Amino acid sequence: MEKDIIIDLKNIDVSYGENKILDNISLYIRDKEFITLLGPSGCGKTTTLRVIAGFTQPDCGDVIFNGKKINDLPPYKRQVNTIFQKYALFPHLNVFENIAFGLRLKKKSDKEIKERVAEMLELVNLKGFSKRNIDSLSGGQQQRVAIARALANDPKVLLLDEPLAALDLKLRKDMQVELKNIQQKLGITFIFVTHDQEEALSMSDTVVVMDNGVIQQIGTPQDIYNEPKNAFVADFIGESNILDVVMKEDFRARFSGHTFQCLDKGFGTGEAVDVVIRPEDIVVTTPDKGMISGTVTSVTFKGVHYEIIVDIRGFKWMIQSIHEQQVGDEIGLVIEPDSIHIMKKSIYSGKFGDYSSFSDEIDHLSDIEEEE
Amino acid sequence: MEKKTLSAKLLASPHIVWSVLFIIAPLIMVAYYSFTNADGNFTLENIKALSDYKEVFLNSIWYGIVATLICLVIAYPTAYFIARSKARVQSTMIMLVMLPMWTSLIVRTYSIMSLIENTGIINTFIQKLGFEPIQMINTSGAVILGMVYDFLPFMILPIYSVLTKLDNKLVEAAHDLGADKITVLTKIVLPLSRSGILSGITMVFVPSVSTFYISQKLGGGNFALVGEIIEGQFVTSNNFNLGASLSLVLMVLILICMAVMNHFSGDEEESSGGLMP
Amino acid sequence: MSTKMNVSSKIYLGLVYFFLYAPIIVLIVFSFNESTSTSVMSGFSFKWYGELLRDADTINAVKNTLLIAVVSSVCATVLGTAAAVGIDKMRNKYLRSAIMNTTNIPMMNPEIVTGISLLLLFAFSSQLLGIKNALGLHTLIIAHITFVLPYVILSVLPKLHQMDHHLSEAAMDLGCTPVKSFFKVVLPSIMPGILTGFIMAFTLSLDDFVISYFVSGPEWQTLPIRLFSMTKKRVKPDMYALSTLIFFVMLVLLMLINFMQARGDKKKEKDK
Repeated sequence: MEKDIIIDLKNIDVSYGENKILDNISLYIRDKEFITLLGPSGCGKTTTLRVIAGFTQPDCGDVIFNGKKINDLPPYKRQVNTIFQKYALFPHLNVFENIAFGLRLKKKSDKEIKERVAEMLELVNLKGFSKRNIDSLSGGQQQRVAIARALANDPKVLLLDEPLAALDLKLRKDMQVELKNIQQKLGITFIFVTHDQEEALSMSDTVVVMDNGVIQQIGTPQDIYNEPKNAFVADFIGESNILDVVMKEDFRARFSGHTFQCLDKGFGTGEAVDVVIRPEDIVVTTPDKGMISGTVTSVTFKGVHYEIIVDIRGFKWMIQSIHEQQVGDEIGLVIEPDSIHIMKKSIYSGKFGDYSSFSDEIDHLSDIEEEE
Repeated sequence: MEKKTLSAKLLASPHIVWSVLFIIAPLIMVAYYSFTNADGNFTLENIKALSDYKEVFLNSIWYGIVATLICLVIAYPTAYFIARSKARVQSTMIMLVMLPMWTSLIVRTYSIMSLIENTGIINTFIQKLGFEPIQMINTSGAVILGMVYDFLPFMILPIYSVLTKLDNKLVEAAHDLGADKITVLTKIVLPLSRSGILSGITMVFVPSVSTFYISQKLGGGNFALVGEIIEGQFVTSNNFNLGASLSLVLMVLILICMAVMNHFSGDEEESSGGLMP
Repeated sequence: MSTKMNVSSKIYLGLVYFFLYAPIIVLIVFSFNESTSTSVMSGFSFKWYGELLRDADTINAVKNTLLIAVVSSVCATVLGTAAAVGIDKMRNKYLRSAIMNTTNIPMMNPEIVTGISLLLLFAFSSQLLGIKNALGLHTLIIAHITFVLPYVILSVLPKLHQMDHHLSEAAMDLGCTPVKSFFKVVLPSIMPGILTGFIMAFTLSLDDFVISYFVSGPEWQTLPIRLFSMTKKRVKPDMYALSTLIFFVMLVLLMLINFMQARGDKKKEKDK
């Protein structure tokens, strides 16, 4: 076993009655790492966090912290601290007492507590707020108090349960940067739970994609985006055109009436696979210069680019291009070998089709849903 | 998980024990005494004796219904007007409704009694004007007056609390769709305040049917209501068994009345929000 | 819904309030009457209040009432708060609703039935135990705890419901044992509900007549019972004086409850 592993989950199962929430989760987390558990509502990411914090007992499997099994250690004896979804600040205590809460339990001297709280307030940019009431703080300030309160205890690992979900977009972006800075400054492990893929990609060293209580993929943000393991990961992270394809032979895939060269290897002749092509990797050209061609069915201006839906042999592709097209135009597409990612078939194959029923709203709706 | 629920149950257990001892057991006692005689032997005598009290029961229910209806007629507009007044005065006005509710029933009954007595302030005034005094106390009207006076706040409050929660936008929407004031009242406001009306009815009807001091003090014992008869069995004639069977029937009757009412209203909401200020 | 009121609705409200308050005000005014008349005011005096103070029975009843109210409301608050915490954590729907329904029986039942059912229980158990006179202070206290308990539970439960259930987890996360986290975090959060429940229990206990009437026995008179027995004789202004005193005590208590609830509401609004 590697030396710098701080938390090791081994074959964790959790179920509530008939519902299996976590199904054989195994995951190790390195010291000083920023790791994100990413997935849709009900995928089990929060439950995983609660298993580590000690609020949920796994039905089977081991929770190992610094090489020691801590399954039976109650939450108040674990060297981890949590930032809760809605912060869970104590409404009857002021900012100072909230942050000092853990320190007082440890029976630190008044002087020590004062110094530590001041240090924490400085860390989260809330100097001069110590006498304030929790009720009088804005959402962003409450967030900072929650961070200070958790960090005051000097945890080895900080658990963050969708901490930014309640903030508006601008504040969320600022806090992302700030959290990352705090993590690097303190050099402790952050385990971050979110359903926001952008947040996960921009902050993490490692991303763990989960669905249905099962880990779908573990990897760096680049891995996850560029080399998704299955159709679920490809669909959940970013936009993607996912095609049902039969390999002509290794390095050669035929779809949409054209045989494409590709770089992914290890697939046999005639093997059924899923192919992912990201919308931004497709180059638009005239029909005669394209490898394949089709008719534009919708164009949406997105600011940085246009989102263009093209019908090719009945399959609706999404393309992101900086050039505007007109609905009804015939256009050609060029796809380079390194833009084609080939995946083995999985239970998710066929669940994510083309963009025929695509609308922005569906994405937003699923964003609003809350975990648990 | 297991441990948590166990300790939770432990916290509630004193209360559970208490409820069994002092809520359930006493009710079992009522049933036990109803079906036994003074020596503790099983008998149906007490139940048979109830037939003598048919009129008393009907009388009590009749008085209860009349008092409840009068309360409803007075209370609904009151609650409606309070709910429509300015927020600043509203809280004071509703406190003025609650104050008598929290003042001892004895004090309230007593204040009515002193007003309508033969030598009370009203009759003194009438005599001063040169008229004959009017017999007010010890009439059926006095009993009804006492019930209405004592329990009116119990009707106003639940209706008010439903009406304040009523979104004014609904009223505006109805007007917008072409409804006049009467239609808004009958089609929107009244149906939406049903749960308040129901809990108001419960809170007036139950104490009215079962009261004994109102009919004693204001009716002078001339209008035997079931509460008074029950009280008599326990306090003067010392016939616990008959008293128990009368109480049992009273309880069942009230349960039936409630069930009938809830059935006709088809209300799934809990009828609450009354007693709690 | 609050809009402008027209004149006729103001008159209507005026009449209703007149109906509600005229009898009480008459009673208060005549409690200061110099003569024994309860219909002709002959002069202002505190004489009847003085007489009350010299009446040993009344003083005794006041003492009893206060003693019973304090003991039963404290017990009910402790018992009820613990019960509310337990009920709140219960996952078993049927057990939970069974407990709640039982708890609510004294609130739904006619008071006279609650009173006589307890009387029968006390009579039955004293017969079993061979005690001659079972009724007294302890039966009064038991009865009062029983009928005020639902009010305590019903004012604490919603506070537990509103409380962010992550709060106690947060406390444990920061190093509290479950017991400590209850006292340091949960209890302070539900304190307003507990206080409201306590004052309500206290008020209801002070006020109760019907239930006390049946379980008090001959030696233990509470104030409402004393008042009831006074009206058996001729009406005299000393009863008015006593009623007036009771009225004002209730006024103060009610204002206290209102004040606390207003404070709670203000806090809630701020939270939004």
